[in-house]
Amino acid sequence: MTAEVPGFGADVPRLPPPVTQRGAVGWLRQHLFRTWKDTLLTLVLGVVLGWLLYQLTLWTFTSARWGVITDNLRLFLIGLYPAQEAWRIWLCLTSLSLLAGATAGSRGGYARTIAIWLMAGQLTVAVLAVFSPMGVVAILALVANSILVLVAQMATRRHPVRSRWLTTAWLASVPLTMLLLHGIAAVGMPVVDPDLWGGLLLTFLLASISMVLSFPVGVLLALGRRSRLPAIRLLCTTFIEVVRGVPLVTLIFLADIMLPLFLPDGVDLDRVVRAIGAFTLFTAAYLAENVRGGLQAIPRGQIEAAQAIGLSGMQVDRFIVLPQALRAVIPANVGLFISLLKDTTLVVIVGLLDVLGIGRAVLAQPEWLGTSFEVYAFVAVVFFGLSYTMSHASYRLEAALGVGRR
Amino acid sequence: MSDELDPAPGAPIIVCQDVHKWFGELHVLRGIDLTVAHGEVLVIFGPSGSGKSTFIRTLNRLEEHQRGRIVVDGIELSSDVRNISAIRSEIGMVFQQFNLFPHLTVLENVTLGPIRVRGWTRDRAEAAARELLERVGIPEQAAKFPLQLSGGQQQRVAIARALAMQPRVMLFDEPTSALDPEMISEVLDVMQELATSGMTMLVVTHEMGFARAVADRLVFMDEGLIVEQGTPSQIFEAPEQERTKRFLAQILH
Repeated sequence: MTAEVPGFGADVPRLPPPVTQRGAVGWLRQHLFRTWKDTLLTLVLGVVLGWLLYQLTLWTFTSARWGVITDNLRLFLIGLYPAQEAWRIWLCLTSLSLLAGATAGSRGGYARTIAIWLMAGQLTVAVLAVFSPMGVVAILALVANSILVLVAQMATRRHPVRSRWLTTAWLASVPLTMLLLHGIAAVGMPVVDPDLWGGLLLTFLLASISMVLSFPVGVLLALGRRSRLPAIRLLCTTFIEVVRGVPLVTLIFLADIMLPLFLPDGVDLDRVVRAIGAFTLFTAAYLAENVRGGLQAIPRGQIEAAQAIGLSGMQVDRFIVLPQALRAVIPANVGLFISLLKDTTLVVIVGLLDVLGIGRAVLAQPEWLGTSFEVYAFVAVVFFGLSYTMSHASYRLEAALGVGRR
Repeated sequence: MSDELDPAPGAPIIVCQDVHKWFGELHVLRGIDLTVAHGEVLVIFGPSGSGKSTFIRTLNRLEEHQRGRIVVDGIELSSDVRNISAIRSEIGMVFQQFNLFPHLTVLENVTLGPIRVRGWTRDRAEAAARELLERVGIPEQAAKFPLQLSGGQQQRVAIARALAMQPRVMLFDEPTSALDPEMISEVLDVMQELATSGMTMLVVTHEMGFARAVADRLVFMDEGLIVEQGTPSQIFEAPEQERTKRFLAQILH
């Protein structure tokens, strides 16, 4: 409240901040050519980087054999999934596009980021498919799906879908997608053995389903570890410590080899489900520790204030503690999910072929000898695209929730 | 508030008998006997570590007492869970550090209790909340988040949040100690208005001007005991205990 004496200090000028950057030339001079040493360093590095860029561009457009990607595009996308059943995958993508678009239109923010990347991803694949022997159906399906993302988004922007319906639809879409991909023998729909699912399809399923499942498990573990009941606390702590103390590879092996031994005869979980189980438990244990860190960061006074207005213990967790704790650990959890995405490449050890596994299989074909750089570059770009989508969406989510501001 | 339910002014609403509390080995409350009448405004003061905050926190069981009896509005405090929530919804509390929920808007802070504990509809809770925000003088801040407000405004929201539960008793734990000096009076004004409206209040504070103007009774605590109590004029002008005189001399200069 300095307004008590109007005009006080009026004779002392209010100065603009000192100017350190004057336009682009000023910036360059300040940062790149300040002394003769800086200038020399800038020139040498400039030449080296320019030469590298030139060589890379030259290789990309002249000597690289991108045919290894386009000719094998089907393998990279869906693995050994039978070609005549590929329509099921496009249909699953259609439902994903519809849901992502509707969520983006209704909620905006981070959902829009994901929708845009989903659209861009499908269009990119469609362009690649033009140069591949995949056929016109795949191209049309991918393009139609991309447009559907946009249409769904525009349609729901004016008439938003209620959050409850969106959540229900997303949750229902997981088992429905799995069922459609698997097929139902009873209605004459050929069953596709999950061992044949591969490529991007497998990577995407493993990562996304493990993420969705590990989140609630991890939160419950974190809460359980702080429980007042010693039995629950001990159980959760033991689980977290044991799972964190074991390499992921070991868990995947255990899930693949040991689990069937414990299951009764006739009950057979397929490889993909067992792998998802291993990834889910592994991620949940780490996520629980992230969330525990968030829970500890909530000041005691928050809990006391919530108790003082009469909220029960569960209400305090649900309305006061978890919303604040979970938003504080978004960056850590997104980092964990990105690790999970890349860790899915480990399924190669139990004989499943994800994008990377397909890449190695493709390289084993005699006609594509010597194209490992092309293949690994493609795989790297795929993983980067997926990871960057997640981290970009997380920035948007953090901004929307005001992380660090309130 | 709900006047038709209240007993006549003067009837006891809080009765404490021989209340003891230990933190580990430390004996922080050493036998507190206190009866608060309905509608009474009590100011509790004393040096830091005297147990005054701990004492008012035992009244809504943020701290458990380990010996003695506390009866609030006819309900005895025990470890029974239903009993605790019944007591807590009768008692509003305002904290030194405000403790507003930073992820909720001002309006959501105030309506959370009525909706989730009292089971009111959102419309009813919001209407009541807006009335309360009007009463504490910040109706225009309803849509903001707590950290966008000044300390004085935050504390007034905290008072509105406590009042939204329609409590029969309000506890204030050093409500102005964390405030910048120029914001203290806006909070004290709200508290004074509340006292005038007949609310039963227990206030831990060193604002002796407020105590003199508003309190019906002053309670001086030291070393986990009530040293002396009486009307403001008794305590300020003729304190009986040497300890009280010395402490008042220190804080009144």
